[in-house]
Amino acid sequence: MTSTTEPSQRGGINVARLLMSFGPLMFLALLIVVFTVLKPSFIDPINIFNIMRQISITGLIALGMTFVILTAGIDLSVGSLLAFCGMVAAVVAKGGTANTLSLSTSGTQGYGWFAALLAAVVVGAMAGGVQGFAITRLKVPPFVVTLGGLTVFRGLTLTISNGGPISGFDASMRWFGTGLIGPVPVPAIIFAAAAILCHIVLRYTRYGRAVYAVGGNAEAARLSGLRVDRILISVYVIVGFFAGLAAFVLSARLNSSEAVAGIGYELTVISAVVIGGTSLFGGIGSVGGTVVGAALIGVLQNGLQFNNVSSYTQSIVIGLILILAVAFDRWLKSRVRR
Amino acid sequence: MSPAEAAAPSPSPALLAVEGVTKRFAGVTALSDVSLEVRPGEILGLLGENGAGKSTLLKILSGVMPPSSGRIVFDGVEFNPHNPQDAKRLGIVTIYQELSLIPTLTVAENIFIGRAPLGPLGLVSWRKMEEDSGAIIARVGLNIDPATPVSALSVAEQQLVEIARALSLKSRLIIMDEPTSALTETEVQKLMSIMGRLRKDGVAIMFVTHRLEEASAICDRMTVLRDGRLAGHLDRDGGPIKLPKIIEKMVGRAASELYARPTLRDVAGDVRLSVRGLRTVRDPQAPHAIVLEGVDLDLKAGEILGVAGLVGSGRTELARAIFGADRIAAGTITLDGKPIAPETPADAIALGIGLVPEDRKHQAIFATLGILTNFSIAALGRYSNTAGFMAERREREALASYRKTLSIRMASPEQPIEGLSGGNQQKVILARWLARDPKVLIVDEPTRGVDVGAKAEVHQILVQLAARGIAIMMISSELPEVLAVSDRIVTMRRGRITGEMPGIEATEEKLMELMALDQTQEATQ
Repeated sequence: MTSTTEPSQRGGINVARLLMSFGPLMFLALLIVVFTVLKPSFIDPINIFNIMRQISITGLIALGMTFVILTAGIDLSVGSLLAFCGMVAAVVAKGGTANTLSLSTSGTQGYGWFAALLAAVVVGAMAGGVQGFAITRLKVPPFVVTLGGLTVFRGLTLTISNGGPISGFDASMRWFGTGLIGPVPVPAIIFAAAAILCHIVLRYTRYGRAVYAVGGNAEAARLSGLRVDRILISVYVIVGFFAGLAAFVLSARLNSSEAVAGIGYELTVISAVVIGGTSLFGGIGSVGGTVVGAALIGVLQNGLQFNNVSSYTQSIVIGLILILAVAFDRWLKSRVRR
Repeated sequence: MSPAEAAAPSPSPALLAVEGVTKRFAGVTALSDVSLEVRPGEILGLLGENGAGKSTLLKILSGVMPPSSGRIVFDGVEFNPHNPQDAKRLGIVTIYQELSLIPTLTVAENIFIGRAPLGPLGLVSWRKMEEDSGAIIARVGLNIDPATPVSALSVAEQQLVEIARALSLKSRLIIMDEPTSALTETEVQKLMSIMGRLRKDGVAIMFVTHRLEEASAICDRMTVLRDGRLAGHLDRDGGPIKLPKIIEKMVGRAASELYARPTLRDVAGDVRLSVRGLRTVRDPQAPHAIVLEGVDLDLKAGEILGVAGLVGSGRTELARAIFGADRIAAGTITLDGKPIAPETPADAIALGIGLVPEDRKHQAIFATLGILTNFSIAALGRYSNTAGFMAERREREALASYRKTLSIRMASPEQPIEGLSGGNQQKVILARWLARDPKVLIVDEPTRGVDVGAKAEVHQILVQLAARGIAIMMISSELPEVLAVSDRIVTMRRGRITGEMPGIEATEEKLMELMALDQTQEATQ
C-alpha cells in the first residue's frame, strides 16, 4: 500500500500545513507537560492506560462522527443510541431482560458475547440508516432528525429495560471492557484498531474520497456522478455502527447496561471531532485529528481529577479550554494563510 | 412615452464624473483609463461584452473596492468610498442582479430595514412603516400590500421594491446592473416606464446591460467598454441610438484578434447526440424559472456546436436536461442512435456524457480539497482497484500528464484548488472529464472568470478534443468566443432554438439578431 506518500509532506507550503495539523497535538503535549509538572505521577503508565480506557468509548463514536461531520452533517443521537445498543446487547447476552447480577460464568442461558456484539452493531447501523434515510429522502436536516433520534432511542431503551439496568455478564464478554493485552487495556486496543481502519478508509479508498467530496461541495459531487444520497446514508450507518461497538465495550466494562448511559456523550464526541480540526462545514478533517481531540478531552478530564479539582469546576475549565483549543487552532491557521 | 420627450441632454454639470480610472488585479488590468459622466435627469447606458470591465467599474463606484488610480467626482466633490455604506450615504445606490432583499421579511420591513420608524415608546411603529412604504412603492407603480413577504413576489416586483428602497434613501444616482435579465417582456416595459419617470424627477440612472434593444430604447447616452478600455461614447441624436452603431463600438475589431480563429470545418461526422422535442418541467416553487419549450438538436462526433443565447434563454437548462441534472417532461434523447433517459448525472456520466458547469465555484470545484481529488472525482473507478483502494500512483501519473498537456500551473497535487487562478481551475475541471474519455462533452461558459491568456488556451483544448472525435457542445454568452471555436452555431431564446448556421457564415450581428429576436421591439414604440 502507498503508506510512503503522505500527501501533506511534499512541496513548498507543507511546513505550514504540518504545523496546522499539529496545532491540537501541540496543545495536547502542553497539557500533558503542565499536568506532569503539577503532579509527576500523572505520567505513570497506569494513569496513561487509564486515560486510554476512558477515552476509548467516546473515541470510538467520535471516529464515526468524523465521517458524518466531514459531510457537513451532525448526529446528536449517539448518546441515546449507545444506551439503546447497550441494552440490546445485554438482552441478547443474557437471553432476556432479567436483572440478575450473576457472578457465575456458566449458568446463563444467553447467546454469548459474539451475538451480543453483533446485535449491538447491527442495531446501531440500522438506526443510523433510518436516520440517514430521513435526512436524504425526507429532506429533514440532520440536526432535526438526530435530535428526534436522541429522544426516540432513549425512549426505546427505557421501554425494553423498564427503566432499570441489566447487569451481570459472563467473563468472556467482560474481557472486552476490563481485560488487558500485556499492559494495554482491551478497549484502548479496540479504539486504536478502529482508528487505524478509519484512517485507511478515509485516506486511501475511493469511498473516503467521495466522503470528502460530498462534504466539500455536494452539488459538485452530484454533477461529478457521485450518488450523494447513498454516501450520506452510509456515514450515518457508520456512526451508528460505532455507537453500537462503543455500547458493547461500555457494557462489558461496567458489567451492566444502564438505561441512562451515554447522556451528554454527543457533546463530548462532537467536541473531540471539532477540536481535532474537522470543519463543521464539511470537507476538511482527519481521523488523526479526531484521535488527538479525544485524547485532549480525556487528558483534561483525568488531569483535573488528578489534581482534585471539583467536578463543578472541572466542567467550567473543560468548556473554556475547548474553546481555547479551537481558537488556538484558528489562530495558527490564520497565521499560516498569510 | 415617446423617447423624444425624454429630458434633452442639456449640458448640465455632471453628477458623477469618472476620470481616468484604472484597476489592476495581481498582474491583470481589468480597467484601463476609463472616463465617463452621468448627469442628473438622464439615463446613461453602460455597455460592453462579458469581461469588458463593467462589473469592475460598478464595484468601484459602489465602494466595494478602490481604484488603482484615477479620480471619481460626485456632485463636485472627490469621492473615495471605502465601503458600500459610504456610497449609500452620498446617495449612490447600486441594484445588483442578485437582489439583496431578505425574502422572509415583508416589503415594508425590507424598505425600512435598519431604520424602522419608531413610536412614542421607542418601539417600532408598524402602522407608520406600512403607510410610508405604501407611498414609496406607489411611486414605482407597485400596487401591493406592504405587509406581503418578499418571497411571495415575482422577481420583477422584487426589483421594483429595491428601486423603491433606493428612492426612499433619497438616492440621486441609481446604478442598475442587468436589471432586465430575469424579467418578462411586459415587466421590462413597466420597468422602463418607471425609469423614464425617475428621469423626469431628476434622478440620474446608470443602466448596465448587454441587451442592446433595451439600451437603445431608453438611454440618453451610452458609454461602451471593451476589454477594460473605453471604446467610446454615443449620444442620442434626435432618435434612439441605432443598434449597428452600438455593436460596432462593442465589437471594435473586425472579429477579435484575441481569438485565434482555427479553421472551422463543416464536420461530416455521424450524429452522436440527438435531441427531439425536449421539454422540462415547470417547478411550481419557481414559476419564473426558464423551461425548455421543445428543443431539437443534433450534435455530431468531432464537432464543436456553439450554443449562443442571453441569460435566461434556456441554454444552461438544455445542458442540465441532457446531463440528467434536471427533470425532463417530454422529448427524446438518443446517443449513437440508442435512446437514453438519464435520470441523474451519474447515469449520464456512465453513458459517456460530461458537463463543465457554468458556475465553477458552486457546481464544479471542491474548493478546500486538493487538486488531485478535484481531478479524479468523476473517474474514481478508473483510479482504484476492485477492493476500493485508490491507485494513487496511477492517479498522480494521470494528473501529471494532464498538467503537462493542458499546461496547468500548480504547486503540487495536494494544493487546495481554490489557490489556483480561474483558468487553471477550469483546466483541472476539463482534465476531470478527459480522464473519463467522454463521447459528449458539454461546456457551459467555459471561460467565465478566466483571464484573457488562459481563454485562448481553453479554446485550443476544446478544438483539440473535437479533433479527437469528442462531440462538444459549447454554451457561451460571449459571441467572439462562440464565433472563434464553433463549427456550427445554434441560437436560443426563451427555451427554444431560434436559428442555426455554420460557424463560417456567422457574424456577431447575425447571432445577436437571432438571440434577441423581438426581445423588446414593443418597448421601443
